[in-house]
Amino acid sequence: MVLDQPAGRVEDGKPAAPWRHDAKKEDLKHIGKPIRKVDARGKVAGLTKFADDLTLPRMLHMKLLRSTVAHAEIVSIDASKAAALPGVKGILTGKDLPIPFGILPVSQDEHALCPDKVRFVGDPVVAIAATEEEIAWEACRLVDVQYRELQTIGGIHEAAATDEPRLHDYGVRGNIHRLENLEFGDLQDGFARAEHVREDTFFFEGNTHLPMEQHATLAHFDKDGKLTVWSSTQTPHYLHRALARTLHPLPAHHIRVVAIQNGGGFGGKSDPFNHEVAAAKMAMLTGRPVKIALTREEVFWCHRGRHPVLMRSKVGVTKTGRITALDFQSYLDGGAYGSYGTASTFYTGALQTVTYAVENYHFRGARFFTCKAPCGPKRGHGTPQPRFALEVQLDKIACDLGLDPARIRLDNLAPRDSLTANFLRIGSMGLGACIEKVVAGSGWNERRGKREVTKDGRIRGLGLACSSYLSGAGLPIYWNGLPHSGVQLKLDRSGLVTAFCGSTDIGQGSDSILGWIIGEVLGIDPLGIKVVTSDTDLTPVDLGSYSSRVTVMTGNAAMQAAERARDILQKGVAEKLGVPAGRLVFADERVFDAEDPKKGMTFQEAIVCSEARFGTIGTVGSYTPPPTAAKFRGGGVGPSPSYSYSAAVVEVEVDPETGIYRVPHVWMAHDIGRALNAAVAMGQIEGSVYMGLGEAMMEEMAYRDRSHKGKRVFVHKIPSMLEYKSPSALEMPKVTTYVIEDPDRNGPFGAKEVGQGPLLPMMPAVANAIFDAVGVRVDEIPCSFEKVFAALQAKKDGKEGRYGPSSGADGVPVVDFGDSLKIKTPWQGGDGTAWNEPKREKKAAK
Amino acid sequence: MSESKKALATFQVNGEPHEVAFAPHKTLLEVLREEMNLTGTKHGCELGECGTCTVQVDGVPILSCLCLAVDAVGKDVRTVEGLAQASELTPLQHCMADLGAAQCGYCTPGVLMAADALLKHNPKPTRDEIKEALAGNLCRCTGYLKIFEAVELAAARMRGEKAEPSKESIHGS
Repeated sequence: MVLDQPAGRVEDGKPAAPWRHDAKKEDLKHIGKPIRKVDARGKVAGLTKFADDLTLPRMLHMKLLRSTVAHAEIVSIDASKAAALPGVKGILTGKDLPIPFGILPVSQDEHALCPDKVRFVGDPVVAIAATEEEIAWEACRLVDVQYRELQTIGGIHEAAATDEPRLHDYGVRGNIHRLENLEFGDLQDGFARAEHVREDTFFFEGNTHLPMEQHATLAHFDKDGKLTVWSSTQTPHYLHRALARTLHPLPAHHIRVVAIQNGGGFGGKSDPFNHEVAAAKMAMLTGRPVKIALTREEVFWCHRGRHPVLMRSKVGVTKTGRITALDFQSYLDGGAYGSYGTASTFYTGALQTVTYAVENYHFRGARFFTCKAPCGPKRGHGTPQPRFALEVQLDKIACDLGLDPARIRLDNLAPRDSLTANFLRIGSMGLGACIEKVVAGSGWNERRGKREVTKDGRIRGLGLACSSYLSGAGLPIYWNGLPHSGVQLKLDRSGLVTAFCGSTDIGQGSDSILGWIIGEVLGIDPLGIKVVTSDTDLTPVDLGSYSSRVTVMTGNAAMQAAERARDILQKGVAEKLGVPAGRLVFADERVFDAEDPKKGMTFQEAIVCSEARFGTIGTVGSYTPPPTAAKFRGGGVGPSPSYSYSAAVVEVEVDPETGIYRVPHVWMAHDIGRALNAAVAMGQIEGSVYMGLGEAMMEEMAYRDRSHKGKRVFVHKIPSMLEYKSPSALEMPKVTTYVIEDPDRNGPFGAKEVGQGPLLPMMPAVANAIFDAVGVRVDEIPCSFEKVFAALQAKKDGKEGRYGPSSGADGVPVVDFGDSLKIKTPWQGGDGTAWNEPKREKKAAK
Repeated sequence: MSESKKALATFQVNGEPHEVAFAPHKTLLEVLREEMNLTGTKHGCELGECGTCTVQVDGVPILSCLCLAVDAVGKDVRTVEGLAQASELTPLQHCMADLGAAQCGYCTPGVLMAADALLKHNPKPTRDEIKEALAGNLCRCTGYLKIFEAVELAAARMRGEKAEPSKESIHGS
């Protein structure tokens, strides 16, 4: 439903100044320019410190002994031999850390060390600290753990069919962690009006982040009883909370978390981790600094990556391809713990409506516990899997109806400034422009379906797909009425501006956006601004680097702090010069009269005269997203201040005999509202193309399920960087990038998220391109060569040219989802609540 | 183990002698990071799979996690800390910083050492030659493109050309 009055950013009860989101490019000095990142030179000089680069005097090295079995009760732990080894200084087991934790309040189901039960191969059981790393390893080998093995739960179908044993004693029932069932509008009517209905089944195997840096943590407990933890984490605030919980009665304000530079995150360092809690406890136990640096294999056990998701999607369309109804089911393999899984489950159903107008929508989602490393958020969090399904299905529908896949998308675009069926508020919407760019650039209209043959006998194909992603989650992870981001500014009489913020740079450039925005508002060089971030002792809370929230949320907080500083200086300078405050201009490190530019002073002099007049200058800014329109249970996942959009065309060259294919060229358009920095935005888009390509072609967190001496062995297939295939420099295709700038009212200078959205269309675009080239469908990710070959073989054998999960009744597990929550759509007069929802107690949210 | 005898040797690193006592089974990576505090060299797997720990030994890029430290004694070892002269970064470092070729920055030292070695013997590498030279250095952030562009730009500048990055690489098409 199109909104009469677009909901803009409101501040102090007044609409935000319009110059900020629709400022003309030529009026901006720093925003949009390719200024180097604040930390760029330190990084190329090798001076940037990561967690494992830190050492402290008398530091101990900690190692974790991990479970060797997939599911078992711990019968006994005998660490006496380890304790006797010279150099061993501390040993912890589950009983030393009895308080459970977890990123979401609804799933506090992890322990730093398993107290009574292990749930996957890799679950930590014992922590040992020693004077040398090798002694700690040797001591781990001396520990005798006796297990009583339980039945392994190996995947979605198995979990659905196995009520006992349960991995956890909470959840819906059996091994079902979550069940969601949401119905928006009138599905029956929607399908009745459809002139063509398709039902398809898809599978997306999970994959992992594979950050180049292995997680590491250094903990120090000083003699005043204060704890400091330096860690490679994307979410220092949530780690701070988890430490305060698990180390009770240590007060939260005696705990300092420093999120040191992350060597890549992609969502994989967003949970509080067992090794972080154990290192902190070990530092308290031994009175010495304790460091743990995970091995690469252990990074695979940390995981929290992409959920394997089995999906069944039924869509109804008119003859011209307009969507009348969508019925989407997703079944998630959650692995051994909750992690972000509740949110992930909702995300598999949340954003289908943000790209294309879906009149009537039914979503059912089920998440299962299995004996795998826990799944969680990876770039795109829960939305790439359904996006793959939807975009391939649209391609099939276009094919069924003889329509152009680009046209069918353009005809279904969700309108800007509108509410979707599931009450998500769309602001700026540049998907149409994105599609037009990649269609024109790739020669889509001329080259699609031509099946050109390359010199080496491969067949060319083009595939198109789109996506949308959040600019941060509209609600925090734990219910509260507090800001999502805070920035403090200190203006020093030397002329130095220092920004303090809890946000965490994981390489995406979040430290730098503070400088660019503050520099623009104050008219000073962004590289002259000092940025202090992600230190819970020094910096105001920012919820962390996840869900692409930093540009919009931290950016708005920085803007507010900078504007307040500007107001103070404006008053000071106006008084000093006898010029009306409104006439003063901040630019080029000066503050001057717009009507007489010579009349003015340097920025530093402006600070000095204002400090003399008003005292020490410091300001704060904070940001809370606008209230969400979705009031039904589950409506907390999906709302965002704004949505980015992406469209991709991928070119493939497929060998019709072997199924081996290459990707020579990708055209990617990304609507990011406004590029705060051109070069950095480009880097985010190219990185997304790369990571999406890896997911499309090869990356998978697959498990080996074998029988050994009559026993079932269930372990990760390939926990190493050599065997977990990811694209190297040689596989990277040519990328033609289009930056689409459709400024959004809720963003600082109109900016939206950049860099998660463009990962999503890669997987479906590759699958669609393979169909265009050789006429077979791979309804499963990764779309590996073997699967293309299998589909080609099936076609040759006269069967359906398809590889994927069974589309029959056995394709998805039988799950009783119970009654759906029924929500009237905005165009049915709905108010965002479910009319059949049982009354809920009011939460603390304000 | 702690009781094992330590070896004493002098390494030539970044043009300076470093006398170090170390367990003889330690790798060059471990000795650089742990005994000389040269933490600019990173590790991503310690199994020779990711290229993150690349350093130069006698001008050749090698994986320091697969090289025993004793094998580097008497050789000319260069790490990322040895690239910049005094306060001045090399053209390659400048181009990497300016183009955003270092995102998280963790693979960056290894990439720099591999690319620096390439430019030493090939002042005008083609895109394919750059890809080949960096094929052993995994990067998860950048999609490699800004790295390729930075190497090309640095090569041009080192040849004395007045090169600037293309408009497409900064602002898109």
